[in-house]
Amino acid sequence: MLLISCPWCGEREETEFHYGGQAFVAYPADPESLSDEEWAQYVFFRDNPKGAFAERWVHSAGCRRWFNTVRDTVTNEFQS
Amino acid sequence: MRLPEGGEIDRTKPLTFTLDGVEYSGFEGDTLASAMIANGVLQVAPSLYRHRPRGIFSAGIEEPNALVQVGPEPSLQATTVRLTDGLVARTLSGVGRLTPDSGQRRYDKRYTHTDVLVIGAGPAGRMAATTAAAGGARVMLVGLSYPSGNVRFRGSPQGIPPADGAAELRVLSGARAFGYYDSNYVLVAHQQTLWHVRARRVILATGAHEQPIVFENNDRPGIMLAGAVRKYITNYAVLPGRKAVVFTTNDSAYATVAALVQSGAEVTVVDSRPNPPDLAPQGVEVISGLITNTDGPERLTAVSTQDRRIECDLLAVSGGWQPAVHLFSQSRGTLRWNGQAFVPDTPAQANHVVGAANGTFDTRAALIEATEAGVEAAAAVGYPVPPPPLPAVREREITPASPVWLVPGDPRNQFVDLQRDATVADIRRAVGAGMRSPEHVKRYTTIGTGTDQGRTSNVPALGVIAAELGVTPGDLGTTTFRAPSVPVSFALMAGRDRGKLHDPIRTTPIHSWHVAHGAEFENVGHWKRPWFYPKPGEDMETAVLRECRAARTGVAMQDASTLGKIEVVGADAGEFLNRMYTNGFKKLPVGSARYGMMCKADGMVFDDGVTMRLADDRYYVTTTTGGAANVLDWFEEWSQTEWPELDVRFTSVTEQWSTIAVVGPQSRAVIGLVAPDLDVSNEAFPFMTFRETTLVNGIPARIARISFSGELAYEVNVSGWYGLAAWNAIHDEGKPYDITPYGTETMHVLRAEKGFPIVGQDTDGTVTPHDLGMSWIVSRQKDFVGKRSLRRPDTARPDRKHLVGLLPVDPAELLPEGAQMVASDAPLTPPVPMEGHVTSSYRSAVLERTFALALIKNGRHRIGETLLAPLGDRVIAATVTEPVFYDKEGARRDG
Ligand SMILES: [Zn+2]
Repeated sequence: MLLISCPWCGEREETEFHYGGQAFVAYPADPESLSDEEWAQYVFFRDNPKGAFAERWVHSAGCRRWFNTVRDTVTNEFQS
Repeated sequence: MRLPEGGEIDRTKPLTFTLDGVEYSGFEGDTLASAMIANGVLQVAPSLYRHRPRGIFSAGIEEPNALVQVGPEPSLQATTVRLTDGLVARTLSGVGRLTPDSGQRRYDKRYTHTDVLVIGAGPAGRMAATTAAAGGARVMLVGLSYPSGNVRFRGSPQGIPPADGAAELRVLSGARAFGYYDSNYVLVAHQQTLWHVRARRVILATGAHEQPIVFENNDRPGIMLAGAVRKYITNYAVLPGRKAVVFTTNDSAYATVAALVQSGAEVTVVDSRPNPPDLAPQGVEVISGLITNTDGPERLTAVSTQDRRIECDLLAVSGGWQPAVHLFSQSRGTLRWNGQAFVPDTPAQANHVVGAANGTFDTRAALIEATEAGVEAAAAVGYPVPPPPLPAVREREITPASPVWLVPGDPRNQFVDLQRDATVADIRRAVGAGMRSPEHVKRYTTIGTGTDQGRTSNVPALGVIAAELGVTPGDLGTTTFRAPSVPVSFALMAGRDRGKLHDPIRTTPIHSWHVAHGAEFENVGHWKRPWFYPKPGEDMETAVLRECRAARTGVAMQDASTLGKIEVVGADAGEFLNRMYTNGFKKLPVGSARYGMMCKADGMVFDDGVTMRLADDRYYVTTTTGGAANVLDWFEEWSQTEWPELDVRFTSVTEQWSTIAVVGPQSRAVIGLVAPDLDVSNEAFPFMTFRETTLVNGIPARIARISFSGELAYEVNVSGWYGLAAWNAIHDEGKPYDITPYGTETMHVLRAEKGFPIVGQDTDGTVTPHDLGMSWIVSRQKDFVGKRSLRRPDTARPDRKHLVGLLPVDPAELLPEGAQMVASDAPLTPPVPMEGHVTSSYRSAVLERTFALALIKNGRHRIGETLLAPLGDRVIAATVTEPVFYDKEGARRDG
């Protein structure tokens, strides 16, 4: 079980958090102007790298704040 | 046989115990196994499949044979059960049986953080722990057996020089670390407590397990691991046999030879090496050779080498030592084959492996490793220590071992896994069938899947597979090590999370009334909701029909307090809700309410409910009972991660409000009595508005005209504190109208008669608002989450599954929910094309027949078509209809 550092609360158990997937996937400014392919990229497609991965977590059972972090998907070590 | 002196037992404290109905005696400090041997009981229950006689094989957690049931606990190893006075045990053949009643025994969990966790309390582990603790670090030492007990103390464990200034060294003895997870999270079973330990550094000093040798009839009672024989003699002062043969591939068994000779046993050594070292005491015969077979009626009476037969009652075997790498491997550290065994290679977490667990078998070298690890760990956690002086242990010269994987013989009686009764013949069958990977062979033969986790079978199995394939075990690699690496009872895992404490139960402030009035309850999420209120003699069907009739013809009331409720507050609250819901809320007038629907980004329906506007900057959102927490999370996510510039905040108020639905043609009259200050006329208090007022008993209330049944209906919202009082007031005022309490089943029937879908029942995450026939709720003007998805080619297909009604051709037949519908001309031979499925199905009082809702391919364009539900023993035919069955024109809403 991961020990995750919440920027507001410090290190807490993984069970207090929910995972939010890849970070920096912004909601498109004007969805209606996007092609089907572009919109599908936003809705369905995410990276799945082996190694460093910028991702989102939310401290659901704590301060309830969302934050970004970088985790190594091989070692599960947080780098930020 | 008990030796006259020696051992670590307390001879002043005799204990009695019962095994298989016979009473015996032992001493404080015995294990069940050592006490059995002291009484001459070496034989245990016969093997699981072959029913061959078996005996105590080891002296620890690697034991494959001596399984016992002690009280309610099955599958314990006699070699690890501490003897207690009055202990009652029963030997087991391979598998135990859970007792359904675990008795009054209480199990618990503890959570702790420590700077350094040391696993293994042998010499290396103790040295590492005292070294690491010397600078003031918090250290926890977890060991299978250790005399000091579960105590906090200053100082040092027995036998190691005191460490100055040790701040906190906590020792758990008789404890088993069995799971090693991410971020140095380790689970430890200690008596009836499951410890969750988070450590900044872990030092693994888990030792090594002696390996057996595979030869014909290597499974008789009287055949034991050599190290176990020595442990029984030195720790427990019991001698398992008087006439012993020691069969070894390495130097370690010579310590057993010495112990046997010292205890007065007669000993012969068979050493696999061509030139055995000169390590045996004077007068002991050492033969260079192999044991090829054994003999005996049940217990061992003789062994054979290639050219000799030796009478004996004990065979001590040593096939070398495999480091106990289970936990290291679970921590995702990699292993490598060093020619003799698999040893730790590269760690993946902040840990160290020392001593025999690291393949370092020389005591002096092991202690050096342990001190180095202790010093390193102490520095890493911020409590540095200088290297301590090493104890005086002399180095020894070691003659290289000569591993023997398999001595030729009849493969059907060459046992590789004693607990699983698997033989060389089984492995050959697996390899012959084309399996090459040890993972496949393991699954085919079940080798290593017993409660001993293959501690004495994994490496021999790899040796045999390698020999079959003409490679080395290193070429094959090991199978994956998984938690729990030692047997752990379910009761310990559960702790107090059982029975009533297993899951939280939520009840509304009105719950006691429902209980007192005989409600049957159903679980909705964690909530207990009244399902229906049977009167004496009524079954569910009769009760629900009566409740439905009351709501359609008179007046009925329901506790709707479980609805999720969220206050959305801020200058941009309206703008925020506009972006969340498919329809608009920004322009909703204060005092009004509106039904809304929400989609995920993929355009699929996620939740729905009615929202009231309390003030310009304040909305009161209701959600489905099950979706409340998800909706709050959803709001927070979008607000925090996408639109932090919007001024909006969210507060869950589900528990703060009680909601009572009052439904039916007579509901206006009842509300008029309950809320005397309120003008309840349709003109003054129209549909989808709400009013703040005071109830007849002085309770402040917010009453809304909302209907989930199509009938004239009200929702009375009061502070949760007043929920029961408001319920009683409505029930009292409603008595002249025979007001009828109803439950969730009636609510479901009433809404289904009107074709109102329930998110999560009539939808399943693949259904859009258009699929539900609710295009009217999808705004064309504004953007909302999921809107763009509704234009995707697949989402916009006109022939998707639509929500439609189904009327069984026989009005008495009830379609089962979940039933698959097929076309009437479809041949009923698989594969039958599925047209969709039934999502809701009920008997209707007002329709005087059964009806259903269903998601059917292209359903809206198939009205009037007959579909079939093949149900195995029968087929129900049903006609596709519009989803609204009752009051299509909406004439009943205003009373
Ligand atoms: Zn936090």
